[in-house]
Amino acid sequence: MKLSTKRREQVRTAYLFIGFPLILFMVFTFIPILFAFGISFYDWNLLIPDKTFVGLGNYIELFQDEVFLISIKNTVIYTLGVVPIQTFLALFLAFIMNQKLKGRAFFRLAFYVPAITSSVVTSIIFVWIYSKPGLLNYLLSLVGITGTDWLTNTQTALFAIMALNIWTTSGYFMISFLAGLQSIPNSLYEAAEIDGANQWQQFWKVTVPMVRPVTYFVIVLGLIGCFQVFDQIYVMSGGGPVNSTTTMSYFVYNNSFKFFRLGYGAAGAIILAIIIFIATWLQKKYFPSEAY
Amino acid sequence: MRNIKIQKILFYLLLAVMTAIYLGPFLFSLSISFNADQDVFKWPIRLLPENWTLGNYRRVWEDLPFSIWLTNSVLITAVQTVCNVFFAALAGFAFARLDFPGKNIIFSILLASLMIPGIILLVPKFIILNELHLINTYAGLTIPGLVSVVNIFLMKQFFETIPKDLEEAALIDGCSYFRIFWQIFLPVSKPALAAVAIYTFQGSWNEFMWPVIVSTTSDMFTLPVGMAFLKNEFSVQWPLMMAGTILISLPTLTIFLIFQRYFVQGVASAGLKE
Repeated sequence: MKLSTKRREQVRTAYLFIGFPLILFMVFTFIPILFAFGISFYDWNLLIPDKTFVGLGNYIELFQDEVFLISIKNTVIYTLGVVPIQTFLALFLAFIMNQKLKGRAFFRLAFYVPAITSSVVTSIIFVWIYSKPGLLNYLLSLVGITGTDWLTNTQTALFAIMALNIWTTSGYFMISFLAGLQSIPNSLYEAAEIDGANQWQQFWKVTVPMVRPVTYFVIVLGLIGCFQVFDQIYVMSGGGPVNSTTTMSYFVYNNSFKFFRLGYGAAGAIILAIIIFIATWLQKKYFPSEAY
Repeated sequence: MRNIKIQKILFYLLLAVMTAIYLGPFLFSLSISFNADQDVFKWPIRLLPENWTLGNYRRVWEDLPFSIWLTNSVLITAVQTVCNVFFAALAGFAFARLDFPGKNIIFSILLASLMIPGIILLVPKFIILNELHLINTYAGLTIPGLVSVVNIFLMKQFFETIPKDLEEAALIDGCSYFRIFWQIFLPVSKPALAAVAIYTFQGSWNEFMWPVIVSTTSDMFTLPVGMAFLKNEFSVQWPLMMAGTILISLPTLTIFLIFQRYFVQGVASAGLKE
């Protein structure tokens, strides 16, 4: 008898404890997911009270919309460019940080600062760096190269923003790798050293295979983040010049909140979500977290 | 022997170059923020100002709505941080230590939701808030970020490492579950609570996409939204902008310096040797 009152108290307490988070989760995650699909079948305009059902109309229009197709291309280039480089750089930084080294805390902080700084701040700083009379062109001029205006040139704008992204996130993922590196037993390196492996060989033959689970995790997070890149585009280029930096999430933002075409925007977001699912699935299939 | 020395020199050289790449942009924006000359786009550029001034920092407060944006940012970040810590701890405790019908299925659904790209929630969340008349209000800016599944998960993981003995003794003494949570679990959970607090703080303080959508008038902007607005709308006064960006960056940097230990533990969920 006593046990069952205790048990009832336990159940009541549990629901009380998870109640508020669950309500918020329902309202701001669970319902919106279902709702998103619904909206995408309507011509849902914020300024027009009548919502007409258009079936797959929004999706058909999307694939005839040249800007949307460009945004897919830009997003794919962006992700394929940023993820491998930032992952490798993060591992490389972590490898350096794992060496015996004076002032390690300082260097770790130095590499980590871009990651903890607001994306708006780093974007604004890089707008200045990339401008025609900016820091990058100044440094290039020291070695005799005349640079361009990086963010207003359709050939360079996307790559310039990609470079900024690599700069900010590599330090963030460095921390993940660092933890992975420190769990590698020293005896492996000692054995490699006895076999005559130099630092470079140790890096490729011991470090890289041993941190594979971390690499998997870093690539998944990198993919998800890059496919949804928004802040940097908003601040640095606004999708321009001539849509050369319009990414899918910027396209969704523009259509939903600038042109108030919420149904069209929601459909674009769903396509993006599907692309992200496919990408993470491909990764799981061809690059699983446990090797061999 | 000499080979090792050369290797060492090369290593530190590499380290210096990397450090310059990662810190350089901040140092130069710091330098511009002290520049008394408003036209910083002179060629060739100067790495250090000719005339130094603190005036840009004063003008940030006087000429821009900086104090309003700061108030908004502080308010939203504070509420979101406190609520996240409190609710993540409560829910984490329930999932780790209490037994109730539906526990596993609810937790699985929560975890699965982490797979959902945030972008598809944007439009429906906006419509829901619009129906509730919460667009361009503090409530609309704050409420969607009051709890996060990642934080609940972190707290659950942490609570599961605490030995059962304490709790069982307390139960035999007739303690309520809330007292067990409050008086036994919370006091020993400071590292996990700190990690949740720091992450939420960083995330809220730097958050851009949600506030840029929900805030429609300047008086509701947060600092990042305000700075992005200034950059896009007006002819940009760079020394002023840079002073603003430096000010925005200080809180996150300070928190990091003070709580480095928890930070690293949180990201890695494994302690560092240092």
